[in-house]
Amino acid sequence: MFGYYLDLALRSLKRNKALTALMVLALALGIGATITTLTTLRVLAGDPLPGRSARLFYPQLDHGPREGYVPGQSEPDMTMAYPDAMNLVHARRATRQAAMALAQAKIVPQRANEHPYFTNGVMTTADFFALFGVPFKYGGGWTADDDERRAPLAVIAEDLNDKLFDGADSVGRTVRINDRDFRVVGVLKHWAPQPRFYTQGLGGRSYGDGDAVFLPLQSARAARMGPQDLECYSNLTDINHIETEPCEWLGVWVELDDAAAVASYKAFLDGYARQQVALGRLQRPSTALRDMMAWLRHVQVVPDDVRMQTYLAFGFLLICVVNTVGLLLAKCLRRSREIGVRRALGATRRAIFGQFMVEAAIVGLAGGVLGLLLAELGLWGVRHQPAEYASLARLDLGMFALTFAVAFVSSLLAGLLPAWRASLVAPAPQLKAA
Amino acid sequence: MQIKPILAALRRHKAGTVLIVLQIALTLAIVCNALFIIQQRLAHLSEPTGIDEANLFVLSNQWAGEPMSKAQIDAQIRADVAALRQLPSVLDAAPSNAYPLRGGGWDTFIGLTPEQVQPTSDAAVYLGDEHLLDALGVKLIAGRNFRADEVGSVGLRENVIPPVVIVTRELAHRLYPDGSALGKPLYAMSATPSTIIGIVERLQTQSVDAWQQAYAYQAMLWPLRGAWSSGLYYIVRARPGQRDAAMREAPKALYAQNRQRIFDAGDGGSFAQIRARAYERDRGMAILMGVISAVLLAITAAGIVGLTSFWVGQRRKQIGVRRALGARQRDILGYFLTENLLITGGGVLLGLLLAVGMNLWLVVRFSMQPISPAYLGIGVLLLLLLGQGAVLAPALKAARVPPVEATRSV
Repeated sequence: MFGYYLDLALRSLKRNKALTALMVLALALGIGATITTLTTLRVLAGDPLPGRSARLFYPQLDHGPREGYVPGQSEPDMTMAYPDAMNLVHARRATRQAAMALAQAKIVPQRANEHPYFTNGVMTTADFFALFGVPFKYGGGWTADDDERRAPLAVIAEDLNDKLFDGADSVGRTVRINDRDFRVVGVLKHWAPQPRFYTQGLGGRSYGDGDAVFLPLQSARAARMGPQDLECYSNLTDINHIETEPCEWLGVWVELDDAAAVASYKAFLDGYARQQVALGRLQRPSTALRDMMAWLRHVQVVPDDVRMQTYLAFGFLLICVVNTVGLLLAKCLRRSREIGVRRALGATRRAIFGQFMVEAAIVGLAGGVLGLLLAELGLWGVRHQPAEYASLARLDLGMFALTFAVAFVSSLLAGLLPAWRASLVAPAPQLKAA
Repeated sequence: MQIKPILAALRRHKAGTVLIVLQIALTLAIVCNALFIIQQRLAHLSEPTGIDEANLFVLSNQWAGEPMSKAQIDAQIRADVAALRQLPSVLDAAPSNAYPLRGGGWDTFIGLTPEQVQPTSDAAVYLGDEHLLDALGVKLIAGRNFRADEVGSVGLRENVIPPVVIVTRELAHRLYPDGSALGKPLYAMSATPSTIIGIVERLQTQSVDAWQQAYAYQAMLWPLRGAWSSGLYYIVRARPGQRDAAMREAPKALYAQNRQRIFDAGDGGSFAQIRARAYERDRGMAILMGVISAVLLAITAAGIVGLTSFWVGQRRKQIGVRRALGARQRDILGYFLTENLLITGGGVLLGLLLAVGMNLWLVVRFSMQPISPAYLGIGVLLLLLLGQGAVLAPALKAARVPPVEATRSV
């Protein structure tokens, strides 16, 4: 029977070529727009460290003045002052913890005819690599001891290693950063989590390449590297010693294994804030401890424009579906006489329903295929946008499947009402009219 | 024109009518909001910077080679700007740390007393020498420019508070609303006061982000050369019509001073380039909204054509009967035009509700502005015209149905 329906549907679609083309094109445009924006949104709102992100938390303290403080309503600051960050790291209340800031690092190649240049660096503490599960190609990270000794050590990214050492195992060799010598202890495998969660609040880009050098916080500071983002909440006396000035510039991440650990860490954080308030260092006791995905939502890492475009695309698809329903409906009601004849010759209501659903499904399938092409075109357009996430917009297998799911569901939804109305056509009046 | 028979006929096509009404309503809601977004973005990207954009360009200069001391860098900057000012195509040039539309940069809180906890305002900081005003081409409306002996230099991560500053009119007004800013002090996160010696008409800040809109023109000029090891910007104002020549000559003149430098091609450039770069995303969004609106209107028009064509085909016999009973061609035409007007009118009414609801949601969710009624009006007019235009072809076809059709049984 299906073959027969298919034949009938194709004949019917061929009879009104312009109309068929209109339905397919409208559906394809709707699907193309939806898949393009959904793919972009999915990449941007993705989990940067799948399997690990649920155990990573971002503690926050509040350095604001007492004025304007409303208990329970004031949002703590995005970053921390140095003493607080160090206190939290040294307290070792979490499984792992690291403080970090971003910095521009001047790399001075040791070969002739190569100019110095600036690259992105991270100043952090020993746990950074284990905390985020950063993969190493050669060597490893440094120890907490190295942090304390201000050891001039460096972990470099694979592409910097390719550039400076032609990809060889450079562990133990020297790289000149900010006119100081740092000894390479590790070379990373490609590591660029998207979104770049650890740069949020620290003045870094949200998407794009990974960072090139990772240095122990104190030794980087000794090489006069400054943080990318510095917020001072009171008058400064000496900007060279931001460790002791009222400035926030560090982010802290901690690893907490279960709900109990989270609760006890939050209690510790609250206690710490209250203690600092009692000491007069802080004025406000408010704290926050968000998990990674909540933190990314909080900082609104996904650009609003992208979200707006996604909603818009769904609205667009809805209009296209409504359009298709209207046209299919008009079409099948015009064929009432044909339906009447088929019913009179013994076709059941179910058979009529099936026949029109097949017709809708063919429109949907064609719309899906064309929509997929349009989505590829749309994503190509996104990749040529000036946005920092541009290169990430690619269609994967899941979205490929989703395209057809969307096409199938929307065409069946579009076909439902017309097919149902067609199946209700009573044979007698149609034959009488003829 | 009789409305009643039209309504009676529509009652027999409930599903089709409801669908087209729904489609028109949804289209109106999206198109109104899209047009409004386009207008907002276009208004944003045509905000003036207050500088002489036509003749300006910016060179992003990074120091290469052996690290230099602060004094060496400062001497090099002085030599560089002197060389730039010597060029016949250049009107004036100045060193700075930033330029308008750069996309973020140095800003600082300002208070009116040294003890103040809650700052009075936030303001962008532009460093430069006594030539910066002329290099930018901003208009001094009160007070005076910096004198050469007031200009100092600042090293990387040094905290130097200048004793004199020039502020924009907006900032002067924010700090001293009574208009008495000239000669008064301000405190830039420091216990040291800076005296306002001059007020410029307008100077935009470095960032054009929407959330900084409230501070868009709160800027001040500090008489300092940024002798930073990382580099600086040279702001060069060419003589009228000689910008391209100046852009070719300036790098050569600077290389002649010292070869150990890198010009960052991705930063700075002519101001036309800077403006295009700063507003790329806003323009992209406006274009996208425009394309989507056009496509939606086209789809809806095509839907109306398709549906009405079917209705005309279905009613050929009835039209024939009406013609045979004395209806003129224009009566038939009028019937379909009125029918469409009723349907579109219904859709537009529903669409207005949807459009306002959608805008409210955008205001809450994306902190957009409330839509101005003008855009609702434009949208309504657009869809009514679109409906009438779309129905015209099928309606004309209906009008040409001959009266003899009434006598045909099939």
